[in-house]
Amino acid sequence: MKKGRFRLTKIFSIYLPLIIFLLFLLFPFYWTFVTSIKPERELYNSTITYWPNNISFESYKRLFTSFNFLKPMTNSLLVATSTTIISLTVSLLAAYAFSRYKFKGKKYLMGIFLTNNMFPRVLLLIPLYAIMRNIGILYTPFALMLSYTTFTIPFSIWLLSGYLRDLPISLEEAAMIDGATRAQAFVKIVLPVLAPCIVATGAYVFMTSWNEYVFAVMFTNEASRTIPVALKNLIGQLGVEWGMLTAGGIITIIPVCIMFFFAQKRLTEGLTAGAVKG
Amino acid sequence: MQRKKIDLSPYLLISPALIIFLAVVFLPALNAILMSFQSYDLRRPSKIGFIGLDNYIAIFNDPLFWQSLWKTFLWVIFGVGFQFILGFVLALILNKKFFGRGAVRSVSLIPWVTPGVLIGLMWRWIYDGNYGVLNDIFLKFGIIQEKIPFLAQQTTAFPSVVVTIIWQGIPFFALMILAGLQGIPTELYDAADVDGANGFQKLFRITIPMLKNTIYVSTLLRIIWVANSVDVIFNMTAGGPAYSTQTLSVYVFNKGNALNLGYASTMSIMLTLILLAVAILYLKNIFSSEEE
Repeated sequence: MKKGRFRLTKIFSIYLPLIIFLLFLLFPFYWTFVTSIKPERELYNSTITYWPNNISFESYKRLFTSFNFLKPMTNSLLVATSTTIISLTVSLLAAYAFSRYKFKGKKYLMGIFLTNNMFPRVLLLIPLYAIMRNIGILYTPFALMLSYTTFTIPFSIWLLSGYLRDLPISLEEAAMIDGATRAQAFVKIVLPVLAPCIVATGAYVFMTSWNEYVFAVMFTNEASRTIPVALKNLIGQLGVEWGMLTAGGIITIIPVCIMFFFAQKRLTEGLTAGAVKG
Repeated sequence: MQRKKIDLSPYLLISPALIIFLAVVFLPALNAILMSFQSYDLRRPSKIGFIGLDNYIAIFNDPLFWQSLWKTFLWVIFGVGFQFILGFVLALILNKKFFGRGAVRSVSLIPWVTPGVLIGLMWRWIYDGNYGVLNDIFLKFGIIQEKIPFLAQQTTAFPSVVVTIIWQGIPFFALMILAGLQGIPTELYDAADVDGANGFQKLFRITIPMLKNTIYVSTLLRIIWVANSVDVIFNMTAGGPAYSTQTLSVYVFNKGNALNLGYASTMSIMLTLILLAVAILYLKNIFSSEEE
């Protein structure tokens, strides 16, 4: 008797609300996927089907044949990869300094990077556009890489310093007493332990660069545009190509989801550490 | 360890990040201030030049500026408010033990890593007036009698985009609050059980007070992000119909797209100043915890 009541409260306090949440959070993805595998005539039909009567990959095919989606994909890959490498390199050095040295002005320097989160992206958008136009890198991949470092570097520094602070300093000190230089201790001892955290930070930088739209739409043209801009371009003057658009959407989020699932544990630890503390 | 002369190595290690930062953030921010005192419309290049406070005066007399400011306010209040409430509830559920919890946790975070453009476009398709699935569902359940063009009429467009931003933000709050929940010692609840406390008492006397800092920091961050968000609204309605979904960030973006850079800069500075109040609270919190 008691056990039965227990199960019932569990259904109402956990499973039922959970199902409602998951329906709300995941239905848009389901719907995007279903739309992408519907043939054109079923897509624009007065009766809406919740699973296609005929499955067709026509939209995916057209995305690559008549729209050349491969071009924005390679552009996005190039921009996101280079942004990740640049950000990780300079942020790792800075984060090491912040977590392992005591020096004058440390608090203010750290503060400079932290305040960055606060600036509206549109504040930098306009002057960056003017500057890039003047120095002639507008519409090149450099424009995006540079503008993405405005938020990826401060964020990576913050995340990596958090990870580094949690790493016991005694191992490095022991190695340095045994005659290793600071650089050797860093490469041989810190890097291997920190590797999963670096990967998680890198995954986050990659995701944000891959997903970014506001800078991308202003700083790219036909040849250099990235996936988010290309998706938006499927909205033409004659209406929206919903089949191709949803197919492109599915292709866009698959790599992001895979990365996220691998990096998730470390990433959520790093992200929540700052706010939860204290 | 012994103390030597000033060690320059930390400064050297920070310098690459700092140089990039100065070049891509600090200088452009200064530039924005300069541009706000200029007539800087790329469609009228001959007129580019300093005009003093004219842009600021024009903004104060621009009814669209005030309307966008009001929309930003509503957008943040309803957007962040419901993100918080629903995220909190989701975190409470995810904190319980049940079958498949790990998988559910990962999957429910997906909206958070989805590009804003795609979010805007997916929901635009769901809201579509002719082939939209939401109309179909509402018709089937008898909630409406005829199809509604959700994003095309002024009365429904704003609530519709707010629902979308709520959807985007629930995972972030759930993630932060869940991490906070896991840091609460279970002894507190055990002690409350001994004292005969009910679920509500435990929620308001233990859970919420223990989560105070988590809630505070994540709400401040979210206010800033939501206020600055452009891509979701822009890809759903571009601020229309009749500017009913135009927040200040979207207005700045539209002006920037129209190449009126001086006016857009002035508005973005106003937005920054308004958000500064929130930012200062956030930084104060960070610095006080940094000192420990």
